[in-house]
Amino acid sequence: MATDISKLGLKTKWQDLTEGMIVAGAGTSRAFNTGEWSNNKPQFIADKCKQCLLCVPVCPDSSIPVTEMKRGEFDYEHCKGCGICVKACPFGAITMEGVN
Amino acid sequence: MAKRERLSGNEAVAIALRQINPDVFPAFPITPSTEIPQYFASFAADGLVDTEFIPVESEHSSMSAAIGASAAGARSLTATSSCGLAYMWEELYIAASNRLPLALALVNRALSGPININCDHSDSMGARDAGWIQVYAENNQEAYDNMVQAFRISEHKDVRLPIMICQDGFITSHAVENIELLEDEEVKGFVGEYEPENYLLNPECPMAVGPYSVTDYYMEAKRSQAEGMKAVEQVVLDVAEEFEALSGRAYGLFETYRMEDAERAVVMIGSAAGTTKDAVDRLREKGEKVGLLKIRLFRPFPAERIAEALKGVKAVAVMDRAEGYTNHGGPLGADVMAALFRARSTAYAINIVYGLGGRDVRVEDMEKVFADLKQIIDDDDAGETYRYMGIRE
Amino acid sequence: MSNHTEIRWHGRGGQGAKTAALLLADVAFQTGKYVQGFPEYGPERMGAPITAYNRISDTVIRAHSNIYDPQYVVVVDESLLEAVDVTSGLKEDGAILINTERPKEEIIPHLKGYKGKVYTIDAKKVSLATIGRYFPNTPLLAAIVKVAGIMDEEIFLKEMRASFDHKFASKPEVIEGNMKALEMALKEVQ
Repeated sequence: MATDISKLGLKTKWQDLTEGMIVAGAGTSRAFNTGEWSNNKPQFIADKCKQCLLCVPVCPDSSIPVTEMKRGEFDYEHCKGCGICVKACPFGAITMEGVN
Repeated sequence: MAKRERLSGNEAVAIALRQINPDVFPAFPITPSTEIPQYFASFAADGLVDTEFIPVESEHSSMSAAIGASAAGARSLTATSSCGLAYMWEELYIAASNRLPLALALVNRALSGPININCDHSDSMGARDAGWIQVYAENNQEAYDNMVQAFRISEHKDVRLPIMICQDGFITSHAVENIELLEDEEVKGFVGEYEPENYLLNPECPMAVGPYSVTDYYMEAKRSQAEGMKAVEQVVLDVAEEFEALSGRAYGLFETYRMEDAERAVVMIGSAAGTTKDAVDRLREKGEKVGLLKIRLFRPFPAERIAEALKGVKAVAVMDRAEGYTNHGGPLGADVMAALFRARSTAYAINIVYGLGGRDVRVEDMEKVFADLKQIIDDDDAGETYRYMGIRE
Repeated sequence: MSNHTEIRWHGRGGQGAKTAALLLADVAFQTGKYVQGFPEYGPERMGAPITAYNRISDTVIRAHSNIYDPQYVVVVDESLLEAVDVTSGLKEDGAILINTERPKEEIIPHLKGYKGKVYTIDAKKVSLATIGRYFPNTPLLAAIVKVAGIMDEEIFLKEMRASFDHKFASKPEVIEGNMKALEMALKEVQ
């Protein structure tokens, strides 16, 4: 009965739902693009960034990927544009319209 | 080989559970169901079962733990009564909506208040819309037999819903009566191993249970849940047929007693049905055409079949061991009358509230009910359709 | 309904009237009868009057009501004669069995004109002489078996020994005392 959750959507009939609404598979929240919720996105200014990584833990959507102790570009698929990272950055390396 | 014994209803259910040997049994004591986990705890301590017996700190927790265990892939159950069931309210709906096949051994007791420890059905009747299968017993034998059949019904792939096995507090739970037990091996073979398709502890297929459903999904989810209920009637009958082959004891969705040519009938649930059978026999000896319909499966409610069984009846009294505070009767009354209406029945129907808080029911009381039905037929008028029996007034 | 016996027990909470009713159901079951043994439950109150019941029959028992018109009544505590209407509904062709050290003549005036047979037993004397402590259950059980003619005395004693062997497996020293109490009670009841 476990169903591929990519088949579930707003047009799914009751007959096609999983029994008891179980969600099969692990880490399925990645498939849910909360990035669609935002109307504004933060901009990353790499030149100003000292790689202090203070922005990383405050992001509610884990949308700041880190590899080898260095942050990279935002994951806009999941960033909801909340602007918390803008406030957390001591160096002005993140900007966003309307957020200082 | 069947084994003749004499046991209280609680002992009988505890023995059924020993024979079933479930994986997980969390429990919190409450009168009159306490003896079930108490007997079972000694079975666990004596190494007679492999069950993980978990003493928890409340019924909210016992049902939560049973749900967690069931989601993990274990055959689980708990037991309770009255306010204990009330304290499980939230979890009852969760077990059902998550389609978790677990069992609850319920020993019916009045809900407070006024505070009372004796039998009525107000606890389970209040939980009738929670999405659980509800099966009721007249005596110890039926409580035992229903428990043995419980997991087969609940775990059936077309059903996968929790099941409540109910018996009357004290009246059957604490009364010692004759009973025939099945051999341990027979029960083991009948119940079989639990092999869930999806479960949390399956590393091959990780899954999440009980996700939030926004408005866009909730209604579809509830409709899907209702589909499981639709399968229950047939599964109950199939399991009963297999059980009869094993035990020689026949069960259906309900029992009809001397209903063949009955003009007057009583519909009721639980231990007072036995008392009513004695009343029926007494009146039949005098040539009166009376009969009894005893409900076994109350949820889902086999409305069409009940209406069919009552087809030839001129007057029926539906007996509720719980108040509904609708100003026109209790829950069984509502369901039976709706069934009769849908079947275009022209029988007179009255609803009688009785036996609350352990109020005794005598053979004479039930003879009086049949006499009242006769009066209704003679008068060609049902009179008051919402009545009380055994009340001082 | 041939051979259907109904017994009502009157005792006080903690005296073991319920246990006696269950023991009677037990031993009657052993002789192939259909049985019921059940107490009337309320809040646990040591010393409060309590009632327990037995139905013993050759045919299946289906009624689940209390017993209002018993053939036999057992009074575990004679002080209840003043507190409870022990002969209520008691059939005149039946009997009442009372645990007392007093002679029958002193008891009869307290029975509200009951015309049936009256039996007494001094369960305290029997119990102290055989078990060494006051357990009214065991003597009363034997006495009611005799009074109500529930089964042959030999069979009763044999079944009770088997039951004690099982029940007191961990303390066999109490078995002989209990057996003696049964035997003595069968002789003492009058």
